[in-house]
Amino acid sequence: MAAAEPIIKMAKIEKSFPGVKALQQVDFELAAGEIHGLMGENGAGKSTLIKVLTGVYKADSGQIFLDGRPIRIKSPEHAQKIGISTVYQEVNLCPNLSVAENIFIGREPIKNGRIDWKKIKNEAETVLDKFDLKIDVDRKLSFYSVAVQQMVAIARALIISAKVIILDEPTASLDTDETNKLFEVMRQLKSEGIAIIYITHFLNNVYEITDRITILRNGELIDTCLTESLPRIELISKMIGKDLEQIKEMENYSKNIGENNKVLLKAEGLASKGNIEAFDLELKEGEVLGLAGLLGAGRTEMVELLFGLNKADQGRIIIDGKEVKLNSPKDAVDYKIALCPENRKEAGLIGNLSVRENIILALQVTRGWFRKLSQARQLEIAQKYIDLINIKTPDTEQLVKNLSGGNQQKVVLARWLAINPDLLILDEPTKGIDIGTKADIQKLVLELASGEGMSVVFISSEIEEVTRISQRVVVLCDRAKIAELTGSEINQKEIMYRIAGGEA
Amino acid sequence: MINKILSTKNLSLKITITLFVVSFLICSLIYPGFFSWQNFFNLFIDNSFLLITAIGMTFVILTGGIDLSVGSVIAFVSMVIAFLLQQGLNAFIVIPLGVMIGGCFGAIMGLIIQKFKVQPFIVTLAGMFLIRGLSFLISVESISIKDPIFNRIANYHIPIAGGAISVNVVLSLVVLALGMYLAHFTKFGRTVYAIGGDEESAQLMGLKVGRTKVLVYTLNGLCSGLAGVAFSLYMLSGYGLHAEGLEMDSIASVVIGGTLLTGGSGFVFGTLFGVLIQGLIQTVIMFQGTLSSWWTKIFVGILLFVFIVLQKVISNMKTTKNEFNN
Amino acid sequence: MDSVKHKLIKFRNSKAFTPLLALIFLFIFNFFYIDGFFQIEIKDGRLFGYLIDILNRGAPLMIIAIGMTLVIATEGIDLSVGAVVAIAGAVAASLIGGEMQITPAGEIVYETVTTVPVAVLAALVVAAVFGMWNGFLVSSLKIPAIVATLILMVAGRGVAQLITKGQIITIYYEPYFVIGQGYLLGIPVAIFIVAAVLLIVGLLMRKTALGLFIESIGSNDVASRYIGIKEKQIKFIVYIFSAICAAIAGLIITSNVKAADANNAGLWMELDAILSVVMGGNSLQGGKFSIVSSVIGALVVQTLTTTVYAAGITPEVNLVIKGFVVLIIVILKSDIFKEKLNLLVQRGDRV
Repeated sequence: MAAAEPIIKMAKIEKSFPGVKALQQVDFELAAGEIHGLMGENGAGKSTLIKVLTGVYKADSGQIFLDGRPIRIKSPEHAQKIGISTVYQEVNLCPNLSVAENIFIGREPIKNGRIDWKKIKNEAETVLDKFDLKIDVDRKLSFYSVAVQQMVAIARALIISAKVIILDEPTASLDTDETNKLFEVMRQLKSEGIAIIYITHFLNNVYEITDRITILRNGELIDTCLTESLPRIELISKMIGKDLEQIKEMENYSKNIGENNKVLLKAEGLASKGNIEAFDLELKEGEVLGLAGLLGAGRTEMVELLFGLNKADQGRIIIDGKEVKLNSPKDAVDYKIALCPENRKEAGLIGNLSVRENIILALQVTRGWFRKLSQARQLEIAQKYIDLINIKTPDTEQLVKNLSGGNQQKVVLARWLAINPDLLILDEPTKGIDIGTKADIQKLVLELASGEGMSVVFISSEIEEVTRISQRVVVLCDRAKIAELTGSEINQKEIMYRIAGGEA
Repeated sequence: MINKILSTKNLSLKITITLFVVSFLICSLIYPGFFSWQNFFNLFIDNSFLLITAIGMTFVILTGGIDLSVGSVIAFVSMVIAFLLQQGLNAFIVIPLGVMIGGCFGAIMGLIIQKFKVQPFIVTLAGMFLIRGLSFLISVESISIKDPIFNRIANYHIPIAGGAISVNVVLSLVVLALGMYLAHFTKFGRTVYAIGGDEESAQLMGLKVGRTKVLVYTLNGLCSGLAGVAFSLYMLSGYGLHAEGLEMDSIASVVIGGTLLTGGSGFVFGTLFGVLIQGLIQTVIMFQGTLSSWWTKIFVGILLFVFIVLQKVISNMKTTKNEFNN
Repeated sequence: MDSVKHKLIKFRNSKAFTPLLALIFLFIFNFFYIDGFFQIEIKDGRLFGYLIDILNRGAPLMIIAIGMTLVIATEGIDLSVGAVVAIAGAVAASLIGGEMQITPAGEIVYETVTTVPVAVLAALVVAAVFGMWNGFLVSSLKIPAIVATLILMVAGRGVAQLITKGQIITIYYEPYFVIGQGYLLGIPVAIFIVAAVLLIVGLLMRKTALGLFIESIGSNDVASRYIGIKEKQIKFIVYIFSAICAAIAGLIITSNVKAADANNAGLWMELDAILSVVMGGNSLQGGKFSIVSSVIGALVVQTLTTTVYAAGITPEVNLVIKGFVVLIIVILKSDIFKEKLNLLVQRGDRV
């Protein structure tokens, strides 16, 4: 594989944000004509690395070489000019413009002082022809599926005469056929000597298409290896940061609590097309159910159905033996179901309201707008939870947006605890949170289940965390439930084997 | 065939043009003396200033912005022109000056919008206040224009097809042609559309978003300045209360002309028909005799509503039609 | 001691601080430049003076600003309030109608078509219907608020003219004048109306959870939906409320000038109202709001107007000042400006 000078070389890249070291001494090499997978869990530093490479961020230190020569990349515009283009998951093109124009905008051919639309059309057709894509290039981009849009984005990159194309989670919203089509295009580009960086969470895809894989974790380079010589299980352990040896040594906790408890909620054949395949699920009182799987495996999609955020197109939900319809979060809240969403900032926090108001909001909603909690009662409740789960805030009136990530998460948690839910769903509650707070939250979850008899669904990308606190674990992969583990089966090794599709 | 006509592409514009043609024909049948070239030309003569400013507005709305200050700019420019002519300045100096003043206002507002990332509506709302107030600082009274050169330009008529048109009409049609060229055949114009479609993407695609946005407001300012000149030629006076509410007529023209208020889609050519339809409504009300002038506002409001809902419906149709065409 | 300091700090950070400061500044200015600005006289058992005048004339704006505050708190805007003022005035005036007749005995008698309560109620109901229209467009059709309310802003004045048949309707029926000209306990009735609206809305916002829900929606409507707040319903309500406020203002104005002028009643009112809300420290991005500081903001706007009039400057200068003030406030409040300021401060610290 590429013994010659790499086309891109990044050496000892450092990048810090206030309070976070996003990249530490990261080296990265990319050879012409290779497809290079970039892997790592959330917050590993993949996107920061890409943003440094494409000039969105400036590295604090370190050097980038293009064809062996050191270069400073000033802006995305500059990156494009020197041949580095990015195709993002949420296709960054203009949906209102035609396919042809999206390929050419910014570098339109000019003839007689006017844009040469004929030439644009012809050349757009030629380049898409290469991908075996015969579509009407005069149609608006938004008319076509995400798969086509991604091809168009790649075509745009080619027209800019890209030497390096970065694909950021391109297959996240594609089905199998579309993915295969994209892979064909990628192989063709590779044969033309173009280097591709491919970021994805889908293991199957990585093994199908990449030549080499670079793994990042917590801003550090873990390894770069040839894909064929890296077993799946090893890749996963490198991503989540536990050695196989260590995993084998890990002891199992007793996982028998809650076996005979009453069933609270039952899902039968629940499914939502394109989001999650049909699954059965039983949630018992006083039990923590872990959902394990890589990002994009369908964990969030599964719980969205249980919280009325998304409508199931098949199957049914049974609560306390009665079939129920959950059409909106309000319905779910009325059944005492609570959800702490994964994207805390967008869907969880009400940033401009105080800690007190954030904590009492859900309780107030269950009471309706007319029976307002008195100021004294609000303070009492807020203070109770601040003390109970140890929220670090100067006072109850502090705006939530001024708290640290961990404490913000605790506020969202406190909001739901205040309504004393029967079912508490936690989607990545410990993501981006310091170790101390993490332990607090884990402990709290266990207490809630065993002490209060609450049923908890716990989603986490950290398998270790899932194994530590769950009595049962549902494993998801590629938007489907693939296994349900109990007792001694709940260990990291087993879960990783399952995610890897039973292959070692 | 029917599919092609009903295809969503340009649907809104097709409806507008059809609406105009059909209404004009129906009115011609109902009202004797309605159908004449001169009556058709009058639509242009009486609305040329609206057309000029609406073309600038089209660009602003295409980027997803809005400019509420255009009526005030027109009033201010009319005031400056009338005042300077009264002071004995040459008309050929005063006229370009008027246009430049409009451009300056536009540029300043554009810079504030872009540099401080403030919503365009609030900046231009403030501009609307400020600029109208400024024109009263020159004089509270209306100043009539008696300058001979200016009057000659205003009264010059170009005979055509048995009727005649004014200089303003030529001016507005030149602006229209320029606007169409800018929007559809230059990189600037295409960047305007890209910004309206998805500003963040446009930035990531390496387009000069910030510069284009400031230029768009400047262009609109220039158009309003020119519209101020046209308005002065039409009214032969300068007055702080001139062109009150014209910003609404201008926005309505753009929307009725098929441009999406949220930006990114539309045609400069369509704006012409937006203006003509409003002109037609006024003419009809005049011809009808028993209908009062306020019906114009109600009709324009209804049209505005219908077209905004139409835009919603059309864009919904498009999103449900996503297919993987191979 | 500590609690006093704490209270002061709390006051410094409250929304009412800046507009109050502006108001005090204006008052000091007026104290020196306008004779007898602070004088309040009692004539025929009624209070007179500049201060009373500001409160009285500012009443319509204060009421509209209250409604506008709630709309803006949900991250919306209502450009149609000026038009609704005209519509409400037109409805009331045409229902009151009335004629002046002189009896054979030489006595002047005023006749009315309907009673005052009927006319007032009708105006409020009509306004509420238009408010529902706005609310429907914004919450159900998801049309951006600027655009949705623009429609009524354009067409609304036409509707008002339609009702008055293009005429300025003069009102002769005296009981109607109480609303805008009457005095109660020596104080103009309009001031009582403002106080009543303020009290009702204040109670509704602070004693029920409505205010909290509105702030929650304005701050983050996605997260609010996740909590189970019915954001559509609440948005719908605030537009109705804004229209009703505009209608009350319209009633005061028509009563005050004894006529309904569809062309000029409430002209530019939407701009003044937005200015008042922004001046009151409320963010156009929605979220936390204070109706009291909006009302103070409205008082600042009205004091400005009165000052300009009293100082004998061309009243149109008002427009320049208002426009300028809005621009400055908006720039000062922009995130970019704050960032740059922070950078400057940090640099200063390092030196």
